[in-house]
Amino acid sequence: MSDTNAQTVSYVRDSMLAEQAPPITQVGAIKWVRENLFPTPLNAILTLVSLYVIYYLISHIAPWMFGGIWDANSLSECREIRDATVGSDASVACWAVLGDRWHQLLFGFYPSNLYWRPILALLLFLGGLSPILFPNISRKMLWLTAAAPFLCFWLLWGGSIWLTVSIALGFVVAYFAFVAVSRISALAGIVAALIVPVLYWILLAGPVASTMDSILPIGIEFVESRAFGGFMLSIVIGLAAIVLSLPLGILLALARQSDLFIIKTSAVVFIEVIRGVPLIVWLFTAQLLLNYFLPPGTNFDLTLRVIIMVTLFASAYIAEVVRGGLAALPSGQYEGADSLGLNYWQSMQLIVLPQALKISIPGIVNTFIGLFKDTTLVVFIGLFDPLGIASAIRASTDWNGIYWELFIFIGVMFFVFCFSMGRYSLYLEKKLQREHR
Amino acid sequence: MSTLTDAPKPKFRLSQLLYDTRYRSITIQVVALILIAAGIWWLATNTISNLTALGKDFDFGFLGTAAGYDINQTLIPYNNQMTHGRAALVGILNTLLVAFLGCVMATIIGVIVGVLRLSKNWVVSRLAAVYVEGFRNVPLLLWIFLIFAVLTESLPQPRDFRGAEPAASMILGDSVAITGRGIYIPRIGFTNSLSGNEAVVPREGYTAVASGGIDWLVVLGVFALSLIAIRYVRGRASRIQQSTGVRPVTWYLQLGLLIIPVGIVFVLLGATIVQPFLKGFNFTEGVFMRGSLIALWFALSLYTGAFIAETVRAGILSVSQGQSEAAFALGMQPNRTMSLVILPQAMRVIIPPLISQFLNLTKNSSLAIAVGYMDVRATLGGISISQTGRELEGMLLLGLFYLTLSLIISAVMNFYNNSMKLKER
Repeated sequence: MSDTNAQTVSYVRDSMLAEQAPPITQVGAIKWVRENLFPTPLNAILTLVSLYVIYYLISHIAPWMFGGIWDANSLSECREIRDATVGSDASVACWAVLGDRWHQLLFGFYPSNLYWRPILALLLFLGGLSPILFPNISRKMLWLTAAAPFLCFWLLWGGSIWLTVSIALGFVVAYFAFVAVSRISALAGIVAALIVPVLYWILLAGPVASTMDSILPIGIEFVESRAFGGFMLSIVIGLAAIVLSLPLGILLALARQSDLFIIKTSAVVFIEVIRGVPLIVWLFTAQLLLNYFLPPGTNFDLTLRVIIMVTLFASAYIAEVVRGGLAALPSGQYEGADSLGLNYWQSMQLIVLPQALKISIPGIVNTFIGLFKDTTLVVFIGLFDPLGIASAIRASTDWNGIYWELFIFIGVMFFVFCFSMGRYSLYLEKKLQREHR
Repeated sequence: MSTLTDAPKPKFRLSQLLYDTRYRSITIQVVALILIAAGIWWLATNTISNLTALGKDFDFGFLGTAAGYDINQTLIPYNNQMTHGRAALVGILNTLLVAFLGCVMATIIGVIVGVLRLSKNWVVSRLAAVYVEGFRNVPLLLWIFLIFAVLTESLPQPRDFRGAEPAASMILGDSVAITGRGIYIPRIGFTNSLSGNEAVVPREGYTAVASGGIDWLVVLGVFALSLIAIRYVRGRASRIQQSTGVRPVTWYLQLGLLIIPVGIVFVLLGATIVQPFLKGFNFTEGVFMRGSLIALWFALSLYTGAFIAETVRAGILSVSQGQSEAAFALGMQPNRTMSLVILPQAMRVIIPPLISQFLNLTKNSSLAIAVGYMDVRATLGGISISQTGRELEGMLLLGLFYLTLSLIISAVMNFYNNSMKLKER
């Protein structure tokens, strides 16, 4: 019996098989290619089409780009070098224009011996920004944050230091007025903090600056804003507008959320009017109409007018971003602040705004990216932003007829700025999501 | 001597305006109102005194005077003897044209790229990501300049099409000419036009055709009627499905309703295709899409398409996997799952930012100035202002136009949001 049973099983394995390598289609590169590039016929076609597109673009652009000529003084010299080396029917880039004119693309017509000033201003600004962006930096850096706007203003435009100092003194005056008067009443303190510095700026700031200047003249070379250009101009307009528009935007957002009908309505009207009209129309308004709205005889330079206009424009967008942050805050926070007996400004300052602003930072960064890209529009009212500089370079006899190299350089610069800021804002969003969970 | 007195009434004291929260809000609002009014009054008096100093007045009469300049692209009849108001209208229509074309193309590009970016295919999704990041992070103005330069620099001029051995030739069976000045495409003309007397012979050996405004209205009307009929057919199919559980097959009916009535109208009106052809140094006939329009249109759609792609991607990602799994568990087919379960939910997320992208595109169309496209900013806000010296009035009207447009679009968006809001009970 046991015999027959043994014979029904013809073969019994008595040892484990050695581990085999998986089929070649299931591992490594081949598996990846099968799964990611050719899973279905449609996908295979898509892959092949995309690969062809990539090949087509690279085969056309790469020789032109990497065969480019870096060492020449004019477009005609570039063409001579090209004829001598690769033949006249080949098409190669003439990157020499960047070597020849990089300083104009970056700094416009700023005096070349003073390039250290905008660079230092940018570094100071970034230094001032660091305690806001990175929470683990020493709080003492906040002093730099407070001083940076004034230092940057002085470094960029130059002139006597006392003008900057006397403008900055206005804020000190405001602080002391607030401290002194708020002993009597908090509301009166706020009113005093608004009125006293304005009076100071109108009546005293000029005389203070000129007396100090005659006593102790300290100053650096004055640079007109007409000399500003290139990426420096874009950065100055963009940063100034975003920094100046933040307080304005926060106030507008609070006004829009307010229960007071008149204040709410005026904020809504302001925000919608600004957002409903394209920036270019506002820029033309700044160029053509701003003089109509100011007292007869006032005339100040176009760059400043543009900064004012772009600030107003940005403040409407910032207001909407901050409003989003305020709305995203759970209503328990508002109620908690009320139940502690805090008044409106205390609750905003201590409870609501710190949280709402933190939520809105990614949105603010995105607004800044949009604004930074939009600064190119100032070319239409005669300022020399990078695109304006490009056409100025093209208008010179040396580089007449050069297109792509300048466009590509400007595009790459913008891409690097905006892409890295965009990544930063994504990183912040992710971090905030983690913290909220 | 009566000693009777009323119970002491809480007397209103002036300080309550400042310290009593019941009254303080009124105080603040009144102060704000006064400040705003003072600000407006200040601006107004400044403006008035500046205007009188310049010897100008505030008058919209210039809209009725002859414009005296030509516009190179007009959707309605216009010549330089017509008024500034008419020129502004031509500009407005041009703005709306490029905005409409841009919105349509940007949506198509955005939806395709947004879906491709979610594809599991590595090459395709990377390519889509490069497109999106490349266009989002470089100023629109640069793209407009770049595309315009590509068009004007690299495409052949009309004269290259001439001669026995032309350097360039028309494509698609001699019907489309792509030149550095713009693209010429065939147009549809009507031999039995309803408007009769405007027919012209485009080219020797052809019958006379008219472009026919009325004819197109008739075609549109018939098309609208077809759509209504299709809607009825679908409604009827749904009703039958509700009562019997079987949905009748109607696709051939729908297709027929869509094509046949319009086709009959076209045949009755004698529609023929009029191709562009070379005459002298340039092409005539057909529809001429100016290079400036094409550059602006492409740049706007590619730029906005990148933003829409992100919107679409976010919308699709926002519908959780469980939704489609549940639909499959109920036995739904994949395409009905898409149209009945996934899309309605994704749309709720996609549409509001999509509409605000349309709004952005419309506002960005004012960058037409970069390529010399004659939009409303170039006519009303450009040449009309410089010819009449009416900056204040012109800019005011221009701003009002854009403001009205964006308010209309926001109203549409609010209406949509309210109708799509989750009905919570």
